[in-house]
Amino acid sequence: MAGVAVSTTINGDAVEYLCQPDETLLEVLRDRLGLTGAKEGCGTGDCGACSVIVDGRLVCSCLVLGAEAEGREVETIEGMAHGDQLHPLQQKFLEHAALQCGICTPGFLIAAKDLLAKNPSPTEEEIRFGLAGNLCRCTGYDKIVRAVQDAANVMKGA
Amino acid sequence: MNFDPRFSGRKFASVGTRPIRPDGIDKVTGRARYGADFNMAGQLVGRILRSPHAHAVIKKIDTSKAEKLAGVKAVITAKDLPDLTDGDAAMYDILDNSMARKKALYDGHAVAAVAAIDARTAREALKLIEVDYEVLPHVTDVDEAAQHHAPLINDQVFTEGLEEKPAKPSNITKRTQFGHGDVHAGFAQADFIVERSFKTEQTHQGYIEPHACVASVNPDGTADLWVCTQGHFVYRQHCAQLLGLEASKLRVTSSEIGGGFGGKTHVWAEPVALALSRKAGRPVKLVMTRDEVFRASGPTSATSIDVKIGAKKDGTITAAEATLRYSCGPYAGSWAEIGAMTAFACYKLENVKTVGYEVLVNRPKTAAYRAPSAPMAAFAVESVVDELAKELGMDAVDFRIKNAAQEGTRSSYGPVYGPIGIGPTLEAVKNHPHMKAPLKANQGRGMACGFWFNFGGQTCTDLNIGMDGTVSLAVGTVDVGGSRASLSLVAAEELGIDYSQVKAVVADTSSLGYNDMTDGSRGTFSSSMATISAARNAIKILRERAAQTWDIPVEDVVWEKGHAIAKGEKYGNLSPLSLKDIAAASGKTGGPIAGHSELVADGAGVSFATHICDVEVDPETGSTRVIRYTVVQDAGKAVHPTYVEGQYQGGAAQGIGWALNEEYIYGKDGRLQNPGFLDYRIPVCSDLPMIDTQILEIPNPNHPYGVRGVGETSIVPPLAAIANAVSNAVGVRMTHIPMSPPRILAALEAEREG
Amino acid sequence: MVEVTLWGSLSAVAGGKAKHDIEAKDIRELFRKLAEQYPGIEPWIDRGIAVAIDGTIYRDTWSKELPKDAEIFLLPRLAGG
Repeated sequence: MAGVAVSTTINGDAVEYLCQPDETLLEVLRDRLGLTGAKEGCGTGDCGACSVIVDGRLVCSCLVLGAEAEGREVETIEGMAHGDQLHPLQQKFLEHAALQCGICTPGFLIAAKDLLAKNPSPTEEEIRFGLAGNLCRCTGYDKIVRAVQDAANVMKGA
Repeated sequence: MNFDPRFSGRKFASVGTRPIRPDGIDKVTGRARYGADFNMAGQLVGRILRSPHAHAVIKKIDTSKAEKLAGVKAVITAKDLPDLTDGDAAMYDILDNSMARKKALYDGHAVAAVAAIDARTAREALKLIEVDYEVLPHVTDVDEAAQHHAPLINDQVFTEGLEEKPAKPSNITKRTQFGHGDVHAGFAQADFIVERSFKTEQTHQGYIEPHACVASVNPDGTADLWVCTQGHFVYRQHCAQLLGLEASKLRVTSSEIGGGFGGKTHVWAEPVALALSRKAGRPVKLVMTRDEVFRASGPTSATSIDVKIGAKKDGTITAAEATLRYSCGPYAGSWAEIGAMTAFACYKLENVKTVGYEVLVNRPKTAAYRAPSAPMAAFAVESVVDELAKELGMDAVDFRIKNAAQEGTRSSYGPVYGPIGIGPTLEAVKNHPHMKAPLKANQGRGMACGFWFNFGGQTCTDLNIGMDGTVSLAVGTVDVGGSRASLSLVAAEELGIDYSQVKAVVADTSSLGYNDMTDGSRGTFSSSMATISAARNAIKILRERAAQTWDIPVEDVVWEKGHAIAKGEKYGNLSPLSLKDIAAASGKTGGPIAGHSELVADGAGVSFATHICDVEVDPETGSTRVIRYTVVQDAGKAVHPTYVEGQYQGGAAQGIGWALNEEYIYGKDGRLQNPGFLDYRIPVCSDLPMIDTQILEIPNPNHPYGVRGVGETSIVPPLAAIANAVSNAVGVRMTHIPMSPPRILAALEAEREG
Repeated sequence: MVEVTLWGSLSAVAGGKAKHDIEAKDIRELFRKLAEQYPGIEPWIDRGIAVAIDGTIYRDTWSKELPKDAEIFLLPRLAGG
């Protein structure tokens, strides 16, 4: 099968790749570009572990085709910190121990970043519904919600 | 072993603090490498063909077309995994579960596998494999399977544990019994007796990371396996035995693990990946899909349990009895046995009897799931305890306090208890503000207790002191939830240095001696004991080096707060030497300084928890929401309290999912109807409230710091706590888990119709 | 001499008796003597038996001494999650 040539922007850098027409963005990121921060927990858009932001919209990269990234801007977990400066959400996830095994963490961080971009002062309920597309099996979500609340406060103050 | 594991009651400097975990930064930046995040040069993609039938004889497998497909490098069947188990029945079952040999025993059972240059080619090749099945009658329900006319899953199974060997085979592999006293006499003394039957459905551990590995077998018999596992040493043994490799030539590296909860305690697809690599002569990466994880990796048992408890008017329980039937999948297990042991472990009972039956069904091989078998037994027992308290007109907490086991009580499973925490957790619950929080219409409060044994086991740890005075700690227990942080705290505590000077890693199987896996809540308990022992061995050398430097007898050198100190008036002019000083000079005083430890960490302390739960039931839809939740549990000593809280909260959340939503649904055709996260719904963020925790610390006398395991007990009480809350909210006693909306609606309707 | 109590299913292969008086200094000797007296116990030992000594469960320390007057209870060796 002939590959599709794609020109896109990932975490601010221009990237070009060839992919198969039926290949997902998640497969492209992980298998072609070595960006393994996005995880495949289900491949059906149910777990959110593969969350990335495409043109400002939170998506499951397992439900997006690699070819669809043409001309768009993709943000992944690998681009969340600025140099050695962690994003406040990353810092607060560490401080609150909002991760145990950590497999869901990249997806949660991306989803939480998207949530706070749209709603900088979410209530607990808004956080819970805003992150309802991401599954965590370890934490019971308590410390994740607290970390996002704390990060929101820090980001407002900044 | 000269190591003294006894609790010493010391004051702590590091243990009990809450620093950031050493592996945290890799996990928030996406750099941490899990099972599927590793690649090798020339790697192929492995895929497994699975049976669509619940029960079928495999008459013939034709792989010739698949082998001819361009890009296919190996196709294997059971023939490529010959039986090398040498009469080891448990290993034979693991082998047969990895790749069906004569019969497919459940929907999803592996029958063949391919390795190809890419995923598309591998998937295409699977379609070209022709399997000729003779479909057999199947049975998936635990009660139906236990009937004498049920389809036989294995005609070589004759129930063990009966006084006489039965004449006919059956699906019941084993009967076990525990207890003491005379239950008939006990029930005769009772003023009130409650007797009920319960069912719980099968659930999956639901780790977000599917099983994944990269296997590479070389022609000279050496091999590498990168894999997500709870125990890489155990995986090495399993794979070496099943593949005929020499254990020391198979290096297994445990990746970061994306959840296990018992489901990654024995091998599934790893022997298949190794066999594919051996045949293809190239590395093979094999990652299960979510569908495969549900259909073919370890769910817990489905159960059917009868409970009968009697009490006097004053609230004293006179007798307790339970019969427990647990599904094992198609292979023998000891799941009902554990249920029978744990069922009444919270109580002081004169007369108690439990009987367990292990039942084969055409479902995936049952695997451990966090305090395996205990939650279902606790659900049944704690429901009856609550109902009995109501009959007696006693408060549910007071009734439990009156009958709670204590130090010196003979446990229902046999031995007499040492110091235990069930009483204190109940007292803490009685006084907890949660118990006074107001409730509205259709809301109810429930509580329940839970027990788990906790394990120790074989453990090996290395502690190496670098010349700059920093410490690298190599442990062999896989870190499933922050144990590298806890173990670094323990090393810092024992050496008297700062946490930031210690870096803990999980070493691979070639770098460290054998370790049992991280199961039975043993990770922090066992490896902290080995870390303390290793640190004490290092301190011995540090003292010797200081004595050498000062040219004084080593007996005159003590170790305090990270320094060697010369004890005695005559050494007044010798200033203390820090660990850093001694490390810097080590090259001239005898070489590298290290402490090693190989031990069996026995003496794990049993653990108890009591949970409180408030629910709101919608009488129109039967939908139930948990609105308030509190966990009180004994940790012995919380090494890193934040991660202890995390274990409590995570176990409670899994229990809530089990209680309200999660279940394996099989069709009449014996196929799993909901092998995905959309239809097998685990709790999401918006389903849950904050989960409050209270850590009690009743020291384990068999650990220097008093540590008990904490990982599992928290999943034991929720099923019962929620069932009791639902009963108090809407007046119906739920006897079937999960309490999904249709089941609650049906119960409400039945109640209305009287 | 120590008194050892066997759990229900194990006593079935030990002459139907739950309590046994055995001269043994440690767990290893206890298992050896039990197996000599009741060969049916051997496969159970191979599969794993845990020994509770005064309430503390030992699964692997076969060198553990059995104190006189201690309460000794044999249990199945369990799986955990």
